[in-house]
Amino acid sequence: MSTQALFGQLLIGLINGSFYALLSLGLAVIFGLLNIINFAHGAQYMMGAFVAYFLLNKWGLGYWWALALTPLAVGATGMIIERLMLKPLYKLDHLYGLLLTFGLALIIEGAFRNEFGSAGLPYSMPESLTGVYNLGFMYLPKYRAWVILASLAICLGTWFLIERTKLGAYLRAATENPALVQAFGVNVPRMITLTYGFGVGLAALAGVFAAPIYQVSPQMGSSLIIVVFAVVVIGGMGSILGSIVTGFGLGVVEGLTKYFYPEASNTVIFVIMAVVLLIRPQGLFGQR
Amino acid sequence: MAIENPSTLHDPAFEARYQRYAFLAMALFLVAAPSFIYPVFLMKALCFALFACAFNLLLGFGGLLSFGHAMFLGMAGYMSAYSAKVWGFPPEAAILAGMATSAVLGLLAGLLAIRRQGIYFAMITLALAQMVFFFCLQAPFTGGEDGIQAVPRGKLLGVVDLLKPLAMYYTVLAIFLGGFLLIQRIVHSPFGQVLKAIRENESRAISLGYRTERYKLAAFVLSAALAGLAGATKAIVFQLASLTDVHWTMSGEVVLMTLLGGMGTLFGPVVGAFVIAAMENYLSELGAWVTIAQGIIFVVCVLAFRRGIMGELEAWLRNRRK
Amino acid sequence: MKFKMKALAAAAALAFAACGAQAEISGKVVKIGVLNDMSGLYADLGGMGSVTAAKMAIEDFKAKEKGLNVEVVFADHLNKPDVGSQIARKWYDSEGVDAIFDVPNSGVALAVNEVTREKKKVFVNSGAASSDLTGAKCSPNTVHWTYDTWMLANGTGKAIVKTGGDTWFFLTSDYAFGHALERDTEAVVLKNGGKVVGKVRHPLNTQDFSSFLLQAQASKAKIIGLANAGGDTINSIKQASEFGIVKGGQNLAGLLVFITDVHGLGLEKAQGLILTNTFYWDHDDKTRAWSKRFAAANGGKYPSMVQAGVYAGVLHYLKAVAAIKSDDGTAVVAEMKKLPTDDPLFGKGSIRIDGRTLHNAYLYEVKKPSESKGPYDYYKLRATIPADEAFRPLSEGGCPLVAAK
Repeated sequence: MSTQALFGQLLIGLINGSFYALLSLGLAVIFGLLNIINFAHGAQYMMGAFVAYFLLNKWGLGYWWALALTPLAVGATGMIIERLMLKPLYKLDHLYGLLLTFGLALIIEGAFRNEFGSAGLPYSMPESLTGVYNLGFMYLPKYRAWVILASLAICLGTWFLIERTKLGAYLRAATENPALVQAFGVNVPRMITLTYGFGVGLAALAGVFAAPIYQVSPQMGSSLIIVVFAVVVIGGMGSILGSIVTGFGLGVVEGLTKYFYPEASNTVIFVIMAVVLLIRPQGLFGQR
Repeated sequence: MAIENPSTLHDPAFEARYQRYAFLAMALFLVAAPSFIYPVFLMKALCFALFACAFNLLLGFGGLLSFGHAMFLGMAGYMSAYSAKVWGFPPEAAILAGMATSAVLGLLAGLLAIRRQGIYFAMITLALAQMVFFFCLQAPFTGGEDGIQAVPRGKLLGVVDLLKPLAMYYTVLAIFLGGFLLIQRIVHSPFGQVLKAIRENESRAISLGYRTERYKLAAFVLSAALAGLAGATKAIVFQLASLTDVHWTMSGEVVLMTLLGGMGTLFGPVVGAFVIAAMENYLSELGAWVTIAQGIIFVVCVLAFRRGIMGELEAWLRNRRK
Repeated sequence: MKFKMKALAAAAALAFAACGAQAEISGKVVKIGVLNDMSGLYADLGGMGSVTAAKMAIEDFKAKEKGLNVEVVFADHLNKPDVGSQIARKWYDSEGVDAIFDVPNSGVALAVNEVTREKKKVFVNSGAASSDLTGAKCSPNTVHWTYDTWMLANGTGKAIVKTGGDTWFFLTSDYAFGHALERDTEAVVLKNGGKVVGKVRHPLNTQDFSSFLLQAQASKAKIIGLANAGGDTINSIKQASEFGIVKGGQNLAGLLVFITDVHGLGLEKAQGLILTNTFYWDHDDKTRAWSKRFAAANGGKYPSMVQAGVYAGVLHYLKAVAAIKSDDGTAVVAEMKKLPTDDPLFGKGSIRIDGRTLHNAYLYEVKKPSESKGPYDYYKLRATIPADEAFRPLSEGGCPLVAAK
């Protein structure tokens, strides 16, 4: 076929990759510190999109307000969940945490589906980002370009925060040896709660990014989250850099597959996951 | 996975008596049930009960949480439906074909998944199940969103016309009781003992000289085959094989049934399956409330009710004896 | 062992007794089941509106005065064939439902078709499109109202090819409906001298069409045929405008568009779309009067042709039941085929031996925002296709009932 089509699919792949990266970043942050797979991540992403929808349609607060307020609001609910429900489970087998967050995902998605049905609600694109860039080989909507750049910025910012700042150092230390870090006077339980809230906030932020281009619907998280799990496993379960690189990378790989062999585009990420697990079980960037 | 229902052998004679009476009670109830409960509902519950029992073999007794068991249920269903409809297999051959497919799939998946433990194992099974889902979505023979429809029920062994509801019901009951008894034998066999030992403390089992990988893989394949038996039977009963049975939400449902009924007990999954099937049946008018209710049950069970219904019942029975 | 055998025998006897008791009861109440998508992408064009339409038909038929006791039940099939067929089975087996109406989503419709055939009840479909319902899968217990893929292809497809849209790229919903619509439209395009330069299939209920639309753009086809429906069509059209498809010189052909879709899109995005419907609320005085009554009972939302089809179908079904004084499925459907159809919504028509209802079809174009006087004033009439030309000829369907004649 043509290089035009190829570049177009690659760009679409980068856009998808932005969502994969943002979501797997949140999951990696949560797994790294709490050792819990947050199955509710997809539902929290969906909640982010809905909160943005309400901010606009009930209170007239537009997209830019949503970007600031939504992660705080949904992150707060995440912190409440952690305090009330996840804390009692830390002394048990970690798989109970997975089952709990799975149950939470069902409750959240069911409640939204009950209220809004499963067809999508429209969220209008912010004025300043409508229109297209004519790149010659395709028209790239301005909004989608913004998504790529903003996600990159947030991912790199988070990586910097965790890997290069003192706060991040405390976090990484607490992952390795919570008792010792607590003995040094750092409030580890509070840090854990805030970390979970931060991860959830990242998911909600991705939801706000998604609202103008994908329909705001209760099911938007569940189809995406399974792919993101695969991305996280490939990247290495607790690795921040791994989730960013793998997220964008796999988005591009998926885009390429859509061009060369579209029938396999759904499964390619899972196939890669199986291969990586055979050769390097800890993931590309993981340590074990 | 560390679970809360260690099967106690404090008093083997009591345990044996309890198992025998519980089985008889269950069998008698199921034989008489179609006269006061809608048989199609019963058949659905029985298929799910067998599915949950097979899953529990791996989780409750093997300690391995698989989050992708739907692939065995669904894939067997598709093979059973396809062989009955397109190749004209009689029902017993179709069901066996489905079961064999799941066993093979279990072997392939197991070889990949057994290498890891705990959460990683769960994630791998989930991703493998997703691959199977997308394969079923796109492969021409599965009919995609429409599924394989109008599957003939046929004549069992060339003689019994399965279109008659009672004939179909008692066939399904026989399959369920057979599968249940098989699981019971496996659990109480030396193989089952080693499996439980691996669940409790794998390193100790290795140090005792057991090739734990082989035992885990065997348990995985057995669990897959029996789950396939449930799926293949279900396809014949409902004359339809669809994507619902390979979707990851089905994997979640079987976890729920087992957790609610009691992981690590023999009768727990049966109870859990019936409760969940009844809830879906009678609450179906309320639409999304079924999902919410399932989520609430998950959360409550994990936080406060980890032994499950049969787990609590059995613990109470044991305490009474003291 | 002995005990088990006795229990088995007793159980069997009880079961047979229970079966016998059922048959009498259903004769006293005519129970109608409306089965459709109440919460998903087809909820607007059918949903609770179809239930309202069914209730209006029972009222207008004056069932009580004629001595008929008619009840309505409804359920959500979630667009899943297994859910739909299980509900149908339960309705027929243990809730005394005699006839099922609506059922959008061709995959579910085909499954319900089989269950109805097995139980010898009645299935009057108004929401699904697959022409297989009156073709290879036709049944003496099924009637197909309102529209099907052949009608859409020969209405919309032919009109577009004739006006110069001769190269096509299909964006198809990957299930029974999408495949059938693509197949029938491709046949029309080729028959009228056009070419199909590419196809791509998307899963039902897709949110993001960007990669498919890109492929459509790369194909340089003059027409991008949307062989999908409901929410999928709305999303495809919205995202096509986001990616500048129409600006780039290509045109979209919505092969199945309902008034609810146009309402969801808004005239700004939907103007110029060509579509074929068999009912429009603003067609004549009778349809206008009925539609106003309907909107009052339906929260101000005007009827789609699917909901109109449920009304007409229930009306005709009750006529047949009253005529032969029985609700035996196969007999009622045979009577429905004998009686000519006549209602204020579709006018005069008839039901063929393959179960296909024949009535006029209309080619509409969506108005520009400046041409519309208010909400739901969306269509202008381009052409009327008479009943005997609108649907596939009897000989081409491959329905076994036709050959048996």
